[in-house]
Amino acid sequence: MARLRVRNAAKSRDCEVSLPPIFSATVAVMANYSTNEFRSGLKVMLDGDPCSILENEFVKPGKGQAFNRVRMRNLATGRVWERTFKSGDTLEGADVMDRNMQYLYNDGEFWHFMEPDTFEQFQADAKAVGESHLWLKEQDECVVTLYNGSPLSVTPPNFVELEIVETDPGLKGDTAQGGSKPATLVTGAVVKVPLFITTGEVVRVDTRTGEYQNRVSK
Amino acid sequence: MSWQPGAGLEQLRARAGLLSTLRRFFDARGVLEVETPLLCSAGITDPAIEPLIVSEGRSLAAPRYLQTSPEYAMKRLLAAGSGAIYQIARAFRDGEAGSRHNPEFSLLEWYRPGFDHHALMEEVAELVCACLGQRPWRKLSYRQLFIDSIALDPFTAATSDLEARARSGHDLGDLSGDRDFWLDVLITHQVEPWLAGQGLCFVYDYPASQAALSQIVTEGGVAVGQRFELYIDGVELANGYCELTDATEQRVRFATDNERRLALGQVARPVDERLLAALEAGLPPCSGVALGVDRLLMLATGERDIRRVLAFDWERC
Repeated sequence: MARLRVRNAAKSRDCEVSLPPIFSATVAVMANYSTNEFRSGLKVMLDGDPCSILENEFVKPGKGQAFNRVRMRNLATGRVWERTFKSGDTLEGADVMDRNMQYLYNDGEFWHFMEPDTFEQFQADAKAVGESHLWLKEQDECVVTLYNGSPLSVTPPNFVELEIVETDPGLKGDTAQGGSKPATLVTGAVVKVPLFITTGEVVRVDTRTGEYQNRVSK
Repeated sequence: MSWQPGAGLEQLRARAGLLSTLRRFFDARGVLEVETPLLCSAGITDPAIEPLIVSEGRSLAAPRYLQTSPEYAMKRLLAAGSGAIYQIARAFRDGEAGSRHNPEFSLLEWYRPGFDHHALMEEVAELVCACLGQRPWRKLSYRQLFIDSIALDPFTAATSDLEARARSGHDLGDLSGDRDFWLDVLITHQVEPWLAGQGLCFVYDYPASQAALSQIVTEGGVAVGQRFELYIDGVELANGYCELTDATEQRVRFATDNERRLALGQVARPVDERLLAALEAGLPPCSGVALGVDRLLMLATGERDIRRVLAFDWERC
């Protein structure tokens, strides 16, 4: 039988309690949630995928069946859509959590991340990293979403500072206004930058839009 | 946790003004204000309405139900010869919470001996105009409503066609149900959005299977319940009946409701024998209607969320 160390608040010291065998499994036991408990941010399992609830609207004809129209995001695919449930239907909670982690390196197949407090490391595959690899710089902090303990998706910081490895030669005398040109960043991302920016400079980019923000003085 | 009200002072004043308007309206028409108990020993058999139950206390020989509407008690008053009556009461419905629902809410319910449901619709329109200002209103039969909004006849279309139409443009997962279930999906998902552009609109003569406590008659070759709903800009505001007065038929409907409850995995509810005895003694021919006061206040103040017109909504009390 599994044992769990808990803090006994009344006696203000740690004690051990026995848990039924079900808790000894390595997979967390998730609760079921009824439609009236669906809140924005709740993570549930739907058709085998973890989903995040965005909005929940209760609708009912004057007499008759009540429904919940639920807007949700499929965390595996990113798809956002609306699904209707009968009021009172339940879904299993999903073992999903967002953790701040440091991006370490890419070994050619996996991207490696580390939780700074525990030094616990996680590897994410290309599916989990998706387009985010364009904004990942070693040592940067990002949010890794874990599903059953494994990376499901990676969200880069809203703003990152990255070096330009290739762009057409800068035009001296050009100022902030005027045209733009493509520049390739050290991560492989291509962003539009003002004409005066040169190779080797560091620029700040909004990762949500992929837009250049400003030049960062070195 | 916030101790503060969810409604502003302006909304509190608007509620007081609305209650005063409602009382003046009925006073001028000689309709008697009544009060009936919130805690009742019999519940409601309707499979789509779940009551809250009070189960502890020395005064309780058995658990009592918080009323889901004052209908049964008011009908007993009518059978006792009260004449036209109205009540502004709190009602409770378990599990109903959202931008237009609060599990505890205010109902205005009134009964008019001698009125049929069309006469009562006129009075409802007059009351709403007294509260919201004069505006045009119209009536559509349930059948015409479906034909005009989604080009389907709710009485003759095949159930499979109703389901196919319900699923078009909506992810309904593995939901399944009977004919009325698909009609309920259609009215909430596709017809109500159409009603949002129709101003003040009554819908009347529902399928007999959705008659609830209304008289069932044959109209245009189909059995219809003489029931109506009022929608204002797509918001469902009131539900009325040309009331069923036959005790035997009422007992059959209660039994049918309980059979459906059991089939749906719900517990059966005790039937209200006092109501049945009152019908046995004689309920005068009448029509009655229940109107959501909080939603009327939403329409009067332009608020789109019921929590903005309640001093303390369910999460604040």
